[in-house]
Amino acid sequence: MSAPAGTTTAGVGGVPLLEARGVVKSFGRVRALRGASFTVFPGEVVALVGDNGAGKSTLVKTLAGVHRPDEGQILVEGKPVDFASPVDAREAGIEVVYQDLALASELEPASNLYLGREITRPGVLGKLGFLDKREMRRRGDESFRDLGVKIQDTSASVAAMSGGQRQGIAVARAVMWASRVVFMDEPTAALGVVQTRNVLDLIKRVRERGIAVVLISHNMPEVLEVADRVEVLRLGRRVARFTRGDVTMEQIVGAMTGAIEHTEDAA
Amino acid sequence: MSRTDATLAAEEAELDDAVPTESSAWWARLATVSSLWIGLILVGLIVAFSILEPSTFLSVDNGRNISTDAAILLVLAVGQTFVIITAGIDLAVGSTLVFAGVISAKMMHTTGGDNGGTVVVGLISGLVAGGAWGLLNGFLVAKAKITPLIVTLGTFGMALGAALVITKGIDEREIPYKLIDGIGTGRVFGQVPWLVVIALGVALGFGILLAQTRFGRYTLAIGSNPEAARRAGIDVDRHLMKVYTLAGVLAGLAGFLSLARFGTTTIGGHSTDNLQSITAVVIGGTSLFGGIGSILGTVFGVFIPAVLQNGFVITGVQPFWQQIAVGAVLVAAVYLDQLRRSRNR
Repeated sequence: MSAPAGTTTAGVGGVPLLEARGVVKSFGRVRALRGASFTVFPGEVVALVGDNGAGKSTLVKTLAGVHRPDEGQILVEGKPVDFASPVDAREAGIEVVYQDLALASELEPASNLYLGREITRPGVLGKLGFLDKREMRRRGDESFRDLGVKIQDTSASVAAMSGGQRQGIAVARAVMWASRVVFMDEPTAALGVVQTRNVLDLIKRVRERGIAVVLISHNMPEVLEVADRVEVLRLGRRVARFTRGDVTMEQIVGAMTGAIEHTEDAA
Repeated sequence: MSRTDATLAAEEAELDDAVPTESSAWWARLATVSSLWIGLILVGLIVAFSILEPSTFLSVDNGRNISTDAAILLVLAVGQTFVIITAGIDLAVGSTLVFAGVISAKMMHTTGGDNGGTVVVGLISGLVAGGAWGLLNGFLVAKAKITPLIVTLGTFGMALGAALVITKGIDEREIPYKLIDGIGTGRVFGQVPWLVVIALGVALGFGILLAQTRFGRYTLAIGSNPEAARRAGIDVDRHLMKVYTLAGVLAGLAGFLSLARFGTTTIGGHSTDNLQSITAVVIGGTSLFGGIGSILGTVFGVFIPAVLQNGFVITGVQPFWQQIAVGAVLVAAVYLDQLRRSRNR
């Protein structure tokens, strides 16, 4: 069966930055991923869409080192890798902004940016574990400014900040440490109109820095606005890939729900 | 800048966002300014009693009395602060103090002699004995995932029981004179009691550890959001074990200091130390929900009940009022903490 018009393999050339090939992952009798593939090219925003239960979260967690695939391969810049833990994925330059953000809300923004990777003072004090708070705050402020995250008082605790600001802090943290890919799981789900706007702008700015962004979202207008490509997951496998410009919302939704049938792509 | 200002700024900047704006009473706003207000209360009490009884309350001797009485509790409360910041609780500190005191006394007795060496043996064995209970608490909380309240309620009974078994219920009174004379009643430059110097040194050292180092940062982060800490690559279980062990070691030190001060193991005298230390920590602005706290606040929280007690005695008020006043301050402190949190949610 031939793919319908509008379905194209990605127009972005070159070696994929991060790739999943035929990943199978089961939890007990539940087969969450049934040979799922996924591709991220350098410097793009790619949306990963799919209905609830399509396997998006499992796929993200597999690519982030939380789960290990039962079958299939993960490749970073064309080379097969084996992530034993999230730390391995992080060392490969892959960061995830989870939906719950995972911020310590009693701490200030800079403390969250550097949580687990603190900058210590030079010399003996640093060896004793003394923190260089000023340096962390300075670099934190710099990173918020670069990304356009507006925080009036960066010495206040995160608890005092709005949902959009918190999202901004979590994204800034991921960007600070990611050298290749940032995954964002439903980053606008809990936000109002203005803040959603800010987060979408933020995603574009992250791309401008040369870091690829994987956007997991249910919101189709949002996906169409910000994503360069769209990959659709259904029942644990990739069923369609679209490039922005030659895809409509109906096509994406059709692929998600199975109303429009596709062959399993050859990746 | 204060939390209040930050909250206001956030509200102004993000009008579409539902930051709660109610409860703008002055006392609610005051509550958001860390542990500053509790320091002011302490100063207020000292000023009030000084005006009422300038000659007796406001004397060097009396200051020395209050500080000496508070010293051992302060050492316990410093450890308790770390534990409560992780959103835990340590009910076993008083029993650990007693157990460590018993082991320390027995070890000094066995070693024999009455010199510096004997005292050092007593100190080390007290710290190790206390640390062992702390480590057990930490292991059960972090690895066995039993709630801290139950774990330390269990070891509260076990440590005291073990102390009673070892001593057959009779206090050990043969404490080296060197220890009692040196640390128990001795003074630095003939003025400041060694007990006070040691307790304040502990508070200063661990205050810096909490506020300035990676260890303190992890303690706060785990109390604030353990899942976030875990995802940031922090070994949460290991850190929790360290924190409970720290509280145990400090209880061991307190047991050693108690031997120095009283010249006996005072087995029956520490059944409410746990509640007193928790009260001090909470009055000092450390949150029972975890993630917020300071050692400076705890120092204030230890001294407020001590000053009240002493001040009531000197001004001729029935000292039993102290218990009522401290209880009320405790409830108020927790209420203000809740207000602060709900404002920020």
